[in-house]
Amino acid sequence: MKPKVAFFDFTGCEGCQLQVISLGDELLQVLGLIEVVNFREAISDKRDDYELAIIDGAISTEEDIKRIKAIRKQAKVLITIGACSSLGGVNCIRNFHPKEFLLKAVYGEQAQHFDTIPARPIWAEVPVEYQVRGCPINQGEFLKVITAVLTGRQPVIPNYPVCMECRSKENVCLFDKGMTCLGPVTRAGCGAICPSYGNFCWGCRGLVDDPNETSEKELLKKHGLTPEQVIKAFRFGCGFLEG
Amino acid sequence: MISSRICGICAVAHSSASLRATEAALGITPSEQTVLLRKLNLDGEMLQSHILHIYFLAAPDFLGVGSVIPLAETHPEVVKRAIRMRKLANDLCCTIGGRHVHPISAVPNGFTKLPAIEDLLVYKDKLEQSFEDLNASVELLKGVKLTVFEHPTEYICLTHHDEYAVYSGDILSSVDGITPLPEYKRKINEQVISYSTAKHAHTGQGSFMVGALARFNNNYDKLKPQAKQVAESLGLSHPCHNPFAITVAQLVETVHFTVAAIERIGKLAEQGIREEDRSYKIKAGQGVGAVEAPRGTLYHDYSYNKAGEITAANCIIPTAQNLANIEFDMRAILPEIWDKPREEITLTLEMLVRAYDPCISCSTHMLEVEFE
Ligand code: SF4
Ligand code: SF4
Ligand code: SF4
Repeated sequence: MKPKVAFFDFTGCEGCQLQVISLGDELLQVLGLIEVVNFREAISDKRDDYELAIIDGAISTEEDIKRIKAIRKQAKVLITIGACSSLGGVNCIRNFHPKEFLLKAVYGEQAQHFDTIPARPIWAEVPVEYQVRGCPINQGEFLKVITAVLTGRQPVIPNYPVCMECRSKENVCLFDKGMTCLGPVTRAGCGAICPSYGNFCWGCRGLVDDPNETSEKELLKKHGLTPEQVIKAFRFGCGFLEG
Repeated sequence: MISSRICGICAVAHSSASLRATEAALGITPSEQTVLLRKLNLDGEMLQSHILHIYFLAAPDFLGVGSVIPLAETHPEVVKRAIRMRKLANDLCCTIGGRHVHPISAVPNGFTKLPAIEDLLVYKDKLEQSFEDLNASVELLKGVKLTVFEHPTEYICLTHHDEYAVYSGDILSSVDGITPLPEYKRKINEQVISYSTAKHAHTGQGSFMVGALARFNNNYDKLKPQAKQVAESLGLSHPCHNPFAITVAQLVETVHFTVAAIERIGKLAEQGIREEDRSYKIKAGQGVGAVEAPRGTLYHDYSYNKAGEITAANCIIPTAQNLANIEFDMRAILPEIWDKPREEITLTLEMLVRAYDPCISCSTHMLEVEFE
C-alpha cells in the first residue's frame, strides 16, 4: 500500500508549497509513490488517516499549537519544509518588536482580537523527524529527503558552510566587493544560489552546528570579523537566526 | 528582500512593488534596461500564476473531477501540458531573478546579476512555440459552460498610456476614472481597511473588483490583437460583468503576456544587455509603488529616515481588495440558486470563490456552507 501523506501549512508565504507544486514532472513521479490525502493547495477533499505529514510555516497563534499537536498525534513521521517551519523564518522579525506596537500598526484599534504569540518553529512545540531548510526550500533537496524517507534511508544534510559551494562555483567573494555575507556560518545545500546571483547569503538555511568553529574563520579574519560579528550584523536586519 | 516573503505565489510582484516604493521614496530612476527586465519578470509571473489557476484550480471543476490529483489520472495530457507551460514561465523568472519564489538579484536601481541575452533568447523561441499549448488551452475553455451571472461592480486596476499596464501607471476606476498613484489612499485604502485580515465586517462602502477581469474591462484597448482574438473566440464580451469569467480573462491575459514577453526579449536583444551603474544615495523620503500582480493591483508604501531605515510601511494586497466583492457576489447569486440541490449550491459558491483566485494562501477551499 502506498504511504498516505498530508501537507499542512502554518504561518508562511506558501512559497515552499509552491516549490513543491512547481516540481512538475518530478512531482508526478513522487505522486506515483504516495497517496496524498490532504493538500490544501492542490486538492479539495481531505482525510485524516495520513502517516507522513509535511509541514510548512511557523507557529504563531495558540490555535496553531493545538493544531500541530493533533497532527503530531496522527503522523508517524513529520517533515518540516522551509525556514518558517524549521527556524521560525521571517516571522521571527516581529519577535524583536514589542507585540503591542506591531498589532496596533497592522490592525489598528481592533488589535485585541488577534491572539498572536512569538513566532517559533514547529520543533519548538512537537518533535520533528526531518527538516528541509531554506526560504524557499531547494527543490532538489526536498526530493532527496522525501525519497530517502519513503525508502527508509537517512537523508544526508550538509553541515559545512555555504562558502564551500560558493567557491566551487568560482564566484567572486562578496567580502572582496565590500559586502557582508552570512555564507561562512550558514549551512550549505542551496548551491550558494544567492552569491551566485550577486547577492549576499542571509542565512535562510540556518547556522552550521558550530558557527564559532567555522572552517571559514580565516576568511572572516581577513576582513576583520569574527563569526559572532557577522551573525549579529544580520540578526537585526532579518530574523532567520534563533535569537 | 523581505517583502517578497509576503506571498510566495506572487513574489515577483511583491518584490517589484517594493522596489518601486523604495525608488520613489529615494528619488531613484531606474534605467530602461532595468524596467524592461522587471516587466519581463512580471510577464513570467503572470503566466505561471494564471496557468496554475486555470489548470490546477479551475480545470478540475470544468472537467468534473474533484481536484488536480485525480485529474492527472483522468486527463494526463492536460496536466502534462499545464506542467510544461508553468515550467517555461517559471524558468523565465529564474533566468531573470535567480529564482521565482523570492527573486534574488532584483535590487533597487538594477540587478546584482544580469541575465545573458542568449539565455533570454532561448525563452523567446520557447514562448513562440508555446502557442500550440495556448491554443489547446483555448480549446479546453471553449468546451466549458460558465455559470451565467450578470453582476456589474466597480473595476479597478493600473492604467498606462503606452501599454496594458502591469509595472506602472495610475489607478483607473470604471466608475470615476483616474486617481494619481501617490494619492492611492484616497481611492483604495479607506475602502479596504475595514476588511483587513480575518475581519468580515461590512462598512457600507462599495466593493470593487481587481485582477484579470478588471484589467480586461478597463484596459481592453491596450491588449495585443492575438489576445483580443482569443477573447472573441471564447465569447468574452467587453466589458464583461460575470465574475465566473475571470478564468477566461486570465487565459486572454496569458496570451497577451506571452506576446508581450516575446516582444520585450526582442527589444532587449536589439539593445543588448550591459552592466550599469547601480549606485544611489540614501535620503529621507516617502514613496508609493504599485504593480499589477496576477490577482490585482498591489500597493507598497514606505517611509525612510535619513539613515535609510524604513520607519513606516503600508501594503495592500489584491485579495484584501476583492474580499468584499466576493461577498457582494455571493449575496446576489444565492437567491438565484437557492432551489438547487445542496451540493450544487456549495459547488457554485466554491467555483465563484475560486474564480477570484484568492491567493491560494488565504482561502482556496475555505468555504463551509451552513444550511439552516
Ligand atoms: S520559508 Fe520562505 S518561502 Fe517558505 S513559506 Fe516561509 S517565507 Fe515562504
Ligand atoms: S562569504 Fe559569501 S560570497 Fe564569500 S565565499 Fe562565502 S558564501 Fe561566497
Ligand atoms: S545562499 Fe544563503 S540565503 Fe541564499 S539560499 Fe543559500 S542559505 Fe539561503
